[in-house]
Amino acid sequence: MSSAAAATPILKTSHLLGIEGLSVGEITALLDLADEYVALGRAKEKKSPLLKGRTVINLFFEASTRTQSSFELAGKRLGADVMNMSVRTSSVSKGETLIDTATTLNAMRPDILIIRHQDSGAAEMLSRKLDCCVVNAGDGSHEHPTQALLDALTIRRRRRSFEGLTVAICGDVAHSRVARSNIHLLSKMGARVRLIAPRTLLPADAARFGVEIFTDMREGLKGADIVMMLRLQMERMTGAFIPSTREYFRFWGLDREKLAFAKPGALVMHPGPMNRGVEIDSAVADDIEVSLIHEQVEMGVATRMAVLDALSRGLAQQGRNTP
Amino acid sequence: MSNRRTVFCNARLIDPATGLDAKGGLLVENGKIADVGPRLFGDVDRSDPEVIDCKGQVLAPGLIDMRVFTGEPGSEHRETLESASRAAAAGGVTTIVVMPNTDPVIDEPSLVDFILRRAAATACVRVAPMAALTRHLAGEVMTEVGLLMEAGAVAFTDGDRTISNTRVLRRALAYASTFGALVVGHAEDPDLADGTSVTEGEYAMRLGIPAAPTAAEAMIVERDIRLVELTGARYHFGQISCRASLDAVAAAKQRGLPITCGVAAHHLALNELDVGSYYTFMKVKPPLRSEADRAAMVDGVASGLIDVVVSSHDPQAADTKRQPFAQAAFGAVGLETLLPVALGVHHNGSADLLHVLKALTAAPARILGLNAGALAKGAPADLVLIDPGAPYVLDPDKLHSRARNTPFEGRKFQGWATKTYVGGECVFDREGMQ
Repeated sequence: MSSAAAATPILKTSHLLGIEGLSVGEITALLDLADEYVALGRAKEKKSPLLKGRTVINLFFEASTRTQSSFELAGKRLGADVMNMSVRTSSVSKGETLIDTATTLNAMRPDILIIRHQDSGAAEMLSRKLDCCVVNAGDGSHEHPTQALLDALTIRRRRRSFEGLTVAICGDVAHSRVARSNIHLLSKMGARVRLIAPRTLLPADAARFGVEIFTDMREGLKGADIVMMLRLQMERMTGAFIPSTREYFRFWGLDREKLAFAKPGALVMHPGPMNRGVEIDSAVADDIEVSLIHEQVEMGVATRMAVLDALSRGLAQQGRNTP
Repeated sequence: MSNRRTVFCNARLIDPATGLDAKGGLLVENGKIADVGPRLFGDVDRSDPEVIDCKGQVLAPGLIDMRVFTGEPGSEHRETLESASRAAAAGGVTTIVVMPNTDPVIDEPSLVDFILRRAAATACVRVAPMAALTRHLAGEVMTEVGLLMEAGAVAFTDGDRTISNTRVLRRALAYASTFGALVVGHAEDPDLADGTSVTEGEYAMRLGIPAAPTAAEAMIVERDIRLVELTGARYHFGQISCRASLDAVAAAKQRGLPITCGVAAHHLALNELDVGSYYTFMKVKPPLRSEADRAAMVDGVASGLIDVVVSSHDPQAADTKRQPFAQAAFGAVGLETLLPVALGVHHNGSADLLHVLKALTAAPARILGLNAGALAKGAPADLVLIDPGAPYVLDPDKLHSRARNTPFEGRKFQGWATKTYVGGECVFDREGMQ
């Protein structure tokens, strides 16, 4: 696949900072490419030499298991040299500024830098300072574009099209970068998006996203094709935004009784890691008929391979360090 | 409820919910109002044991008192739900809304359940509990509004405490609005009011008692109105007591905000001079105000800008009131003087009787969403028979409350409840009292 497609550019920019700036054409092309990598991931020989000689750096300022390992695996399957930098072992913990850390890494001449940071806008700031491609792996409460892409790939493989789909996003929308990226992507692709949360977990101006707002979960789930649960950051939420996890589960936790309000055959997604008994009941999470949670993880690797592939095409076009 | 019929004839029916004020009769069956109307039972046999001849007295919906403190659980020596309910019945009050400021604080669904069960077992009037808005009334962590509502809490309040952290209050209001819950606030800036017991002014200066300005109340009223505007929460000021607060509420209502307010009966009838010679029964929270502010409160009730009149019943024992003024507890009992004080607003020509009774029946029922406060077919037969003209001098020893801290000792009143019915059952009969 790669050799034939390599000439076709997919992204207009040399970074992937968010979904908001992407066009329908770019998203569709990325999903098409990711579909091909799903097939590769299921083959016996999972590796492609596409990024042979390229250097990919994972720079994670927040703890992450699945996103970091997913990017690492994606890079390795494409033949790149992948270096993981976690904050605890870096000089950031010794007081170095983000820019200094990044410019130091820049001097090592990586081709792609993948960054996760607790502050919104961190990825964009680095993209303006560095020579390499920057991939936003989650910045504060802003965007997490590869999560939205992998969610979209998961949905598209089950439902073929986004047109006419009703997707309910439930939980801590206010602090969620996953929610923001998904709202942008699903709206662009023609799905109807609903947000369901207590008022304290909804941004005051949420309706400006062009979505429907619900505080009653049963009302919000009526007729939904897809139910996307968000993770509740319990350590930050309890007491400040919600009174207790037991109350949260009672009113906004997805269990069979509430799921019955959605369209028959509705599918359930969760970006992980799950809080069982807080935002989702085990009976739903573990039901292979409705839960796409494990499928999302598989799609994550394929999606990130597609993103690395697309960005490397940009590198090739610039004629920079072509292998 | 009993399977009995009771016929009320020869009554002056006053139903503030519909504006009815006419001679007529009312039929109670199985604890509910089965029929009501002018000319009803005009020719009924008045010797029939099922028939109560109202002798032209006012028959109105039982009163709803939105602000009652009891001592149960935790301070039963001051007041229990049972003793408060007997005081309520004697005052024509058929529903008491009890505050969560108890020990323990009512901030858990199981404690709401406790109040409702204790009330069902011991109280002779209906008891509607408010739950705390923040845990332990500490003003820091919001309570489980959804679960507390399911348990039966009718509203959320920190009682006589103001939440000083605006971020906490904003989030609590936003969260409460998720459930359409009613939040009841207390307006008194905690820092300005700290350590004070009267209103700043000439009289306080002469007495030498630490005092707080009325601005301490008005600035919190204005602050909370801004937060309501931000969150859309349904908000009720439990009691306001000065003109500046009234002006702010009037402006907020003008802007269409979901805001209502109440006033305590003692703020309609007493002013700061009644503190007299350090009389601790006059120490209430917020404190008694100037005569101009008192008159403004009466005007507010007359104009309807003040939605409800409450007793702010707060029983205190000798140990907390027999103290130097600054150290004495706040609070006054009021369940049995709520109606007489409110009738005074009618007697002095400020408002008609229908309007005064609305602030004690239909208005609180609407704000709280209670199926009460109206003479409607099918509604629970919670009724009060009022002799609006009866003159008397208030004798604290004849109060039914366990506490005696009334600020109205020896005061001449006109009008009281003569009979009170809850669910068609007579829970108070003044004739049988002697």
